[in-house]
Amino acid sequence: MVQQKLRVTLLTGRTIEQGVGKEQGKSSQEYFEACSTVYMDEEDMKKLGIKSNTNVLVTTPHGSVVLKAVKHPRGSMPGIIYIPYGPWANAIVNDSTTSIGMPSFKGTPAEVEPAPDKPILSMEELLKNLYGK
Amino acid sequence: MVVVKSVTCPICGSLCDDIELTIENNEVVKVKNGCALCESKFLGYKGEHRIKTPLIRKDGKLMPVSLDEAIHKAAEILANANYPILYGWSSTSCEAQRIGVELAEEIGGVIDNTAVVCHGPSILSVQEVGIPTCTLGQIRHRADLIIYWGCDPWSAHPRHLERYTAFTEGRFEKSDWKGYIQKVKAAAGKKKIESAVRRGVVKRPKAQPMLQHELVNAPPPTLMKEGRKLIVVDARKSMTAEMADYFIQVEPNKDYEVMQAIRALIRDQELDVDKVGGVPVEYLEEVADAMVNCNFGVIFFGMGLTQTAGKFRNIEVAISLIRDLNKRTKFVIMPMRGHFNVTGANVVFTWQSGYPYGVDFSLGYPRYNPGETTCMDILLRGESDATLVIAADPGATFPRRAVEHMAKTPLIVIDPHMNATAMLGDVVIPSAFVGIESEGTAYRMDHVPLPLKKVVDPPKGLLSDEEILRRILEEVRAIKAKKMREAEAA
Amino acid sequence: MTELLIKNGFVFDPINGINGEKMDIAVKNGKIVKSVNERKAKVIDATGLTVMPGGVDIHTHIAGAEVNTGRLMRPEDHVKDVVRKTALTRSGVGYSVPSTFVTGYRYSKMGYTMIMNPSMPPLEAKHTHEELNDTPMLDKATYPLLGDWWFVLEYLRKGDLTECARYVAWMIATTKGYAIKIVNPGGLESWGFGRNVRTIDDQVPYFGITPRDIMCGLAKVNKMLNLPHTIHVHTNNLGLPGNYLTTLDTMRALESVATGDKPVAHITHLQFSSFAGNDWGTMRSGAEEITKYINAHNHLTFDMGQVIFTDTTTMTADGPFEFTLYELSGHKWVNSDVETETSGGIIPFHYKRNNAVNATQWSIALELALLVKDPWKMFLTTDHPNGGPFFAYPKIIAWLISKRARMATLKKCHKKAQKLSLLPSIKREFTLYDIAIVTRAGQAKALGLKDKGHLGVGADADIAIYDINPEKIDIAKKYKAVRRAFGSAAYTIKDGEIVVKDGEIVKHVDGRTIWLDVKTAEQVKVDEEMKRRFKEYWTVEYDNYPVFDHYVKVSCPLTIKADV
Repeated sequence: MVQQKLRVTLLTGRTIEQGVGKEQGKSSQEYFEACSTVYMDEEDMKKLGIKSNTNVLVTTPHGSVVLKAVKHPRGSMPGIIYIPYGPWANAIVNDSTTSIGMPSFKGTPAEVEPAPDKPILSMEELLKNLYGK
Repeated sequence: MVVVKSVTCPICGSLCDDIELTIENNEVVKVKNGCALCESKFLGYKGEHRIKTPLIRKDGKLMPVSLDEAIHKAAEILANANYPILYGWSSTSCEAQRIGVELAEEIGGVIDNTAVVCHGPSILSVQEVGIPTCTLGQIRHRADLIIYWGCDPWSAHPRHLERYTAFTEGRFEKSDWKGYIQKVKAAAGKKKIESAVRRGVVKRPKAQPMLQHELVNAPPPTLMKEGRKLIVVDARKSMTAEMADYFIQVEPNKDYEVMQAIRALIRDQELDVDKVGGVPVEYLEEVADAMVNCNFGVIFFGMGLTQTAGKFRNIEVAISLIRDLNKRTKFVIMPMRGHFNVTGANVVFTWQSGYPYGVDFSLGYPRYNPGETTCMDILLRGESDATLVIAADPGATFPRRAVEHMAKTPLIVIDPHMNATAMLGDVVIPSAFVGIESEGTAYRMDHVPLPLKKVVDPPKGLLSDEEILRRILEEVRAIKAKKMREAEAA
Repeated sequence: MTELLIKNGFVFDPINGINGEKMDIAVKNGKIVKSVNERKAKVIDATGLTVMPGGVDIHTHIAGAEVNTGRLMRPEDHVKDVVRKTALTRSGVGYSVPSTFVTGYRYSKMGYTMIMNPSMPPLEAKHTHEELNDTPMLDKATYPLLGDWWFVLEYLRKGDLTECARYVAWMIATTKGYAIKIVNPGGLESWGFGRNVRTIDDQVPYFGITPRDIMCGLAKVNKMLNLPHTIHVHTNNLGLPGNYLTTLDTMRALESVATGDKPVAHITHLQFSSFAGNDWGTMRSGAEEITKYINAHNHLTFDMGQVIFTDTTTMTADGPFEFTLYELSGHKWVNSDVETETSGGIIPFHYKRNNAVNATQWSIALELALLVKDPWKMFLTTDHPNGGPFFAYPKIIAWLISKRARMATLKKCHKKAQKLSLLPSIKREFTLYDIAIVTRAGQAKALGLKDKGHLGVGADADIAIYDINPEKIDIAKKYKAVRRAFGSAAYTIKDGEIVVKDGEIVKHVDGRTIWLDVKTAEQVKVDEEMKRRFKEYWTVEYDNYPVFDHYVKVSCPLTIKADV
């Protein structure tokens, strides 16, 4: 049965593509493509009835953002989604530092829903949207 | 055409220093020995994303200005600020960091580096329990058990395995590269058979090879092998996990429990549960055995521990595990430092102020209380009234609410690239790439200092971070002296 | 440059045999001169004050990787001692692992002008030098750790002293070092696999060599290279009960290298190597046996490694020793092994009066100092910060000059330590002349620093003036006043400039880094073979290994011509 929404745990982190994009420059297309992606478990994608390269809306208590869902290439990780570090991920991570300086970049509860018609914002659009600059 | 050898790569904490660059017409045209990140930087640094001229925001838009104007404006903001933050520092030289601390002291501000969002928690744990560690060469020469926990060097430190750990030759330990190749071949063979079985082309052979799901409850035979062993522990199967002799998948936010369970096991205590953090106890027993029986073991750890639930407690228990293990055998632990000179930022801040990050000079002497004097918390509380960002991109790497406050107050950005923070900046000063267009020093993740080379000239008019900061510092002093004179005259 | 005339002080200049005579010291262009034009020169009226050469510290951990990790791990140490920025000076933190600027200021305020940083892992030498650059007010030098370096082990094993000497010369110049430092020889390589050596004749695993071979080999190398200092030795089994026997073995082994009356080795922080007894319960002083030997031989010098009753931070290249401390204390523990070269460890430690072992350690260092007859063999240190922070030196001076002072402290110590202490039976009280020897003249002499530690014509104008009038006060009785005076110099003069007045910094100077450019007749061949070997041994490229000239802010190389 296809679900509307899926409850998951959000991890953020490095990927080699994000690294390569970062060194090219953060306004580069490589960086945009690497960081506006969410990696999902194959089974989880089936549950939502979506295929790789479908846009999804990821929502946490801290915000929501549209990203491109891509099948996680190795092994299974049901209930986990993975977004490379970048402004897209950071629009929705848990900012609580638990009084030690470090926000909770990994392990934030999140919801994913298909959003095939919603556009992924470019970095400029995203920043303008979030910070008005 | 010139070939420059032994170039230090200014990207990640591995700080590979064997890069060979071919230079033609003041441009890098060929990179030898580097990884994908290295090539991307050395071949792409000149690209379209460089900031070409100093900029100041006027009527909401960033407009080109002269360098003098930008430096004066930056100094003015800092000299007039009550509680400014100087953040970044991890992708620049120690020489620039030294001036940074002096500037922070001069303006009574807070200086913080990117450790706060990567290995700050690790430092907190070191301050609690210490850290048994070593330089990377020790691991190359001696380690027969290598564990990567919550980190993915293949993606973030691509040559780490080949230069320092599993796939390198040392005096007492040989490379496990051949073993890995064999494993890859075997896996490919297995996949072929599996697919053949699926397609019904062949009948499944009775005894072996076993299919993936049948292996789940079997003990990992690879841990019994001779020579170097590689274990990866992570919440997802990373690229590095793919290469490992053994991969343990831990549920997110459960690393603490798993680590404590291993501690109990190496103290020969029995666990009366079947699974810890989603991992069958038999697996953990195998790992504990491998740990106790190795000659020299190492755990490398990353953000998978520092950014998940428990944060510094995860590191504390990891280090405590290593402390315990040293009563049985030789074992060390090392954080996988990300930015190429975040270690240097900690080192320089510490020798100058006593503290590695989050140093607050607002009372005239250095103060350090992570959670209070760290930049993230100050931003989230909305206390700072100006920010200088250098050699980092908090606009892209900080959570939304922190960036909101940063964007609301005057923001000075020093960076070669037009990154997210620069887009939000009010004063933007382009700089030369350290390690390509200017020289300096950086510290590898194991605290080994290495020289950064200047291999080409920077674009005309661009100064190094060090020079820009020195000029801002001089300008701040001039503004303060002027104010003092005016106050006296009045 | 300004001219200075220090008039009418009581001058203590042991190298020139001057013992408290009232005289003038003239300074010009940073050097001591015969005379200056009194009308042009700035005159310091030193009437009623004590004038000595600037203090020299032969062994103090103030810079580099291990010190900085000590700083990093001890925020709780810093908060109790913060230092504000002033118009002249940088801010920082103090106590047992002070920030670099504060280190410079505090030494200078005590009248010190030259310090030796004793343990530099060659691979991390740049770090040490970067910190020394940020340590103002002082001249400084640093010793590379060479006793467990694979090149040394391999050439000594082969018996090829000449080749070993060439590589040592290369390494000292490459790391801009000053002397051969040996720490727990053989033990550090063994520690690479978590082992240690227990006697000077134990085999180092995989290398077929013993601590004896290493120490005697490097002592010979030291002579072949004509280095100004001797080998600088931290003995095997340091910090363990019964180790005085190992120390005696070590000293006897080194007799074989000695010729004439010239020292061939400096045994550092000897207190930690002078424990008798079989275990911690029976631990007692071995100072009597050790000093008996030293009094009968002339091939050694040593420094005290005095323990101070306070909370401090222990740090040493002796990784296995710090592991022992970790096992004993369970305290936070740093271990840091360095590939192909050395190891290291750090543990915070609180020396307590009411702990029998700690109190005995306190007593041992003073017994060693007082029982050795010739003060030129003995130097005042705490092995900062291992025995205690360097700013406690004035306390040690008080204990040395006053039996009353040391008995006052002993009375507060653990009963068992009191009973075992030899101090009640020792009457000797140091004079200011003795103090000048053990805090500057003797140290400069042992280091072969010809322009330091004295006030003769041509010496560096590094001078300390203390508010002590030896004609007016009996220093043994008024030890508290003396202690205060040594803690806060009336004047410190560095290279002819007044940098401290009344215990406050009045001028910032950088100070120099002194290092040895050792010239061997035939130098180490840097060819492809060497680079290949380098790649095999280290994880950095040969080209990136040296401490380049720009890593030393004010460079002062001394050229040494070797015999090989």
